[in-house]
Amino acid sequence: MNKDIFELGGVEFDSRLLTGTGKYADDSVIPEVCEASGSQIITVALRRVDFESTTGNVMDFIPKNMKLLPNTSGARNADEAVRIARLAKAMGCGDWIKIEVISDNKYLLPDGYETAKATEILANEGFVVLPYVNADLYIARSLVDAGAAAVMPLGAPIGTNRGLQTREMVRILIDEISLPIIVDAGIGRPSEACEAMEMGADACLVNTAIATASNPAMMASAFGHAVKAGREAYLSGPGAKHSHAKASSPLTGFLHEG
Amino acid sequence: MFVTLNGKEIELTEEITILNLLESKDLSPETVVVELNKKIIPADNFSTILINDGDHLEVLRFVGGG
Repeated sequence: MNKDIFELGGVEFDSRLLTGTGKYADDSVIPEVCEASGSQIITVALRRVDFESTTGNVMDFIPKNMKLLPNTSGARNADEAVRIARLAKAMGCGDWIKIEVISDNKYLLPDGYETAKATEILANEGFVVLPYVNADLYIARSLVDAGAAAVMPLGAPIGTNRGLQTREMVRILIDEISLPIIVDAGIGRPSEACEAMEMGADACLVNTAIATASNPAMMASAFGHAVKAGREAYLSGPGAKHSHAKASSPLTGFLHEG
Repeated sequence: MFVTLNGKEIELTEEITILNLLESKDLSPETVVVELNKKIIPADNFSTILINDGDHLEVLRFVGGG
């Protein structure tokens, strides 16, 4: 089989699984998770320093070979997302940014209009912009026009582990949008990541499902295998479905004939 | 003088630089990003920029996120 390269933002990756750094009971497991998952892209958030806290710096646990993808979580509109993106870049960790613009605190659903505005501004500044959005064709098209490097539709609301609830809408994005489609948020089981990849998604981003597993490193490994399996299934071209049985063995030459 | 640091007003008894402030909080300059009155300050300037009365400072760092 030819090597299957995942190109994102002008960089080539072997892995199509992106991982996060949130919600770990202990951040010290992160290096093991990175190793087990095979992931090469990892997300982080930006927050005010808590001067009273003695918790460690998450950056100490992220392997140096990982591509860092800061997000703009906490942004409630385009201006705040742009501000966070510029701050993240000033940290000296590159110009990749995952846009999250959320003002709904119950479902944490992204605001597509503000996301597109932020995407346009940051793409024009040279950022590699990866916007997290609802699985909506019109939003996705506006992100293409805005200069996004990929479109990241949600499978289900953030952190719910409810799986690929948006599968039909994601399928439409895969069919219609020329940018990479990275299913982000909601994926709770490796089988769900596998399904997204079988459908033709270019990659999956998984955080909660790995971080909240009893054994995060083993779950990371499972997601790594699942994403690969789904990708290979997609590339191999699954056979057609039929409503009636189609025998796998010849329907001739039976012993009772003649 | 009084300055606002990460949303809270604090009193500084002497004139200090951004670097002095970070060091007083046991923070390595390379692990944070600083915004002074909504303007991002390059790390190279931490040791030369003095904090003035009424300044608004934001000191941020990467944390776990998805």
